Parts: sequence; C-alpha cells; structure tokens
Amino acid sequence: MKSVEIVARTREEALELALKELEVDESKVKVEVLEETSSKGFLGFLNVSKVKIRVSIKEDMAQQAVRLLREILVNMGVLAQVEMFKRPGYVMLNINGDDLGKLIGRHGQTLNALQYLVNLAMYKANENHERVIIDVAGYRKRREENLKRLALSTAERVNRKGRKEILYPMSPHERRIIHLTLQNSKEVMTYSEGEDPHRRVIISPKN
Amino acid sequence: MKELVELLAKSLVDHTDEVYVRKEESANSILLEITVHKDDIGKIIGRKGRVIKAIRTLVWASAPTDKRVLVELTE
Repeated sequence: MKSVEIVARTREEALELALKELEVDESKVKVEVLEETSSKGFLGFLNVSKVKIRVSIKEDMAQQAVRLLREILVNMGVLAQVEMFKRPGYVMLNINGDDLGKLIGRHGQTLNALQYLVNLAMYKANENHERVIIDVAGYRKRREENLKRLALSTAERVNRKGRKEILYPMSPHERRIIHLTLQNSKEVMTYSEGEDPHRRVIISPKN
Repeated sequence: MKELVELLAKSLVDHTDEVYVRKEESANSILLEITVHKDDIGKIIGRKGRVIKAIRTLVWASAPTDKRVLVELTE
C-alpha cells in the first residue's frame, strides 16, 4: 500500500502536503496520526505545535482481491503470479505458473471454491463490490469450449437414439453454457434436475 | 494448512480476532478445528454448508495425500 509520512505544524497542513505528494484526493486515503505535540510557548507567542501523520492510499476492491488471492496461494504452497484486469462490471484475476492442476481440481471444483470464497470476502469487506472471476491459465475458456462440444455431441446422440441423457453435475454457470448452446435446437430440449451442487442438465428429444 | 484455514475464516467473519484453529495430527489423519464468535458460525457454514465445503475443497487440494484431513467447526 502506497503511503507517505509528513510532519507539519497542523493536521490540515500535513494532509494537504501528503495529498499533493500522493496526487490523489482526500476520499481515496486513510489518515493516521502518529505523533502530536502542542506546547504553547511563553504567553502563547512561540507556538511550537507539531504533528506527524501517515497518509496511505486505500486499496480498492480489485487490489484487495489480488492481495487475498496471493495470500491464499502462498498458504496453499502454490508458486504463481496473479494478474488483474478490470472489466466493465467485474474484475478478472488470472493465475499463471507451472503445475497448477491442483488449483483447478476435478471439473474445476477447486477453482470454483477459490472464486466463491474470494467473492464472499470481497462482498463482506466492500459496499460497492463487483464480481470477481478467477481463472487459471485460460482454463475457463477451454472449459467453455469443451462444454459446448459435450452439449453438441450429446444432443446428436440423443436425437439419433431417441432417448434422453443426463449429464454429470455442473455449476450454474456451466449448466447455462449447455442450455445456451442447445437453445435453438430443433431436435432436442434441455432442462435441469436436482439440487446444487448435484444439479444436472438433462438433454431429451423434443418429440 | 492451519494458516490457510485461519486466513480463509478471518476473511469471512466480522470478529476476526476471535478466530482460532486447532490442529490435531495422528498417524493417518489431521483434524483442523475452527472456533469463531457465535455470531459468525453461520458465515463459516454458509447456506446448505456451501462455505465450509469450499474451505474443505481448498484444504484438500493443498493437503498431503498420505493423510485424511478433516475440517470441522466447533461451538
């Protein structure tokens, strides 16, 4: 966190100097008073008050999310870099490094748990929170392509055999990808059954 | 692992200074027992246990494979 320490005669003066140095306005900083001495000199003529403050730039939600994610990775014993991208309506955190399979887990289970907990923590700590999406080396994009392929190949089989098929349990986001992929199909329809986290998509013939 | 559970729990509760994690290790298992302020119990469990499940998932992903790891919440 970027910060400066300033000594001046009054708090106002110190804060003004600090804001000038940090090049931000008052709403974006946190002020701590480190020392404050005020001694009225002889008959009030020699006023030697002194104040020392520390002014730090507040972290925004995206920076907090990056810091939390890095701490979690360190504690999981994972050596990796975290990149952050601000997008309209959400924040993207991309994790890069070697041997990150254990961070993804089966069908992305571990990655989804990580994303869920980071979102909860940000929701708790910020009034204006945005959704945080966490990816590991482009995994989510590849996963989306795999799900689309799965949807199309299963739909083809369902149509050929005239018998419905039940897919394995998926997260709401993953199920959405299946539904959207097949929404315009003339041969099959899709719906979900069961309760999260075991909710499954069913692909069935239309007739 | 203990530190990971502590970090995750602290990031989710209001009373961060009342988070304790006790570790009990035996020959083939490790027990991590979380204690939090009573008003924070729900935040650690989550709706239908979703939060504690996510914590377990992360702990298991980074746990040694030769031992069973249990993450529990005590009152």
